[in-house]
Amino acid sequence: MKAWALLALLPLAALAQGIRPSQDYLSPTLRAQQEDPSRHPGWLWVDEGEAIWRQGERACQSCHGDIAGMRGVATRYPAVAADGVLLNLEGRIERCRVENQGQPAFGLESEALLGLSAAVAQRSRGLAMSVPVEGAAAALLEEGRAFYEARQGQLNLSCGQCHDANAGQRLRGDMISNGLGTGYPAYRLEWNTMGSLHRRLRACSLGVRATQFPLGSREYLTLELYLAHRARGMPVEAPGLRR
Amino acid sequence: MSDIIARITLPASARRGEVIPVRVIVRHPMERGFDGPGLTPLPRKILHSLRVTYAGAEVFRMALSSGITANPYVEFTTIAVETGAMVFEWQEDGGAIFRREARLIVT
Repeated sequence: MKAWALLALLPLAALAQGIRPSQDYLSPTLRAQQEDPSRHPGWLWVDEGEAIWRQGERACQSCHGDIAGMRGVATRYPAVAADGVLLNLEGRIERCRVENQGQPAFGLESEALLGLSAAVAQRSRGLAMSVPVEGAAAALLEEGRAFYEARQGQLNLSCGQCHDANAGQRLRGDMISNGLGTGYPAYRLEWNTMGSLHRRLRACSLGVRATQFPLGSREYLTLELYLAHRARGMPVEAPGLRR
Repeated sequence: MSDIIARITLPASARRGEVIPVRVIVRHPMERGFDGPGLTPLPRKILHSLRVTYAGAEVFRMALSSGITANPYVEFTTIAVETGAMVFEWQEDGGAIFRREARLIVT
């Protein structure tokens, strides 16, 4: 009985080791395109984001200086703000814009916010994810983990049943990856445009016929934190290119 | 004539007579005006042509159609003749023209 229980646990231990960067799951052509700014449409948003960085009387640049100083920032998000609110990169930018720049928020999924997030995240390209999960983030991380592990929707699937147990297998002509958020915001060929991780998570919810939560909802934010923690040590790929 | 977000990739410099690759990707929704049950009809708005001139001559021309993806990517080659501007001109449905320039240094 004891040996049987141990055997059942073994695959789980192996899976924890088996997480690979999202780029490993891309087709060779898509991977080459993701690495080539002259052919990757996501860089059009990066260009726009860098222009927004410098725009206005109280520009991002006025406080933060050149955008090059944002190197490594995306590896540490989502993060808990001083008031205890969990913010992802988009949320942090929106808050900064409203509170410090005195401008109306761009709105989640707006072209401007996607561009600015892509421009900031791009500065962390290739750097290892290392989201802090101590203190206030610990409870939120557990919330995200619970969401990841819960069976959901009409198909009664948990995230891990696809992204751990069946990673590397094919689903509807595509390769199932480990489901890390490291490439977002990403240019997705299916969308024909740039989109956020939350938009992608909504697509996953729809795929298992579960409730789709709103962009920026607590469910997706805590899940994003868990995914970022799962991806620790993996390189940031934003702007990613996805099928 | 207005500006448009585009990435034009040329070699930093080229020798006279050298064949050079030119890559250009442009941000545009290429709205095909799709009409169908349950959808709101939209007027078609695509970039219907791309014309490239260099050293006073047209070196590339392409008709783009509504079947082409958003943010279209085009790659072609031309011959390095002289240092100067390569001018990219897109025509959009409705008559708008977008123009971008890239500089090629010929040694």
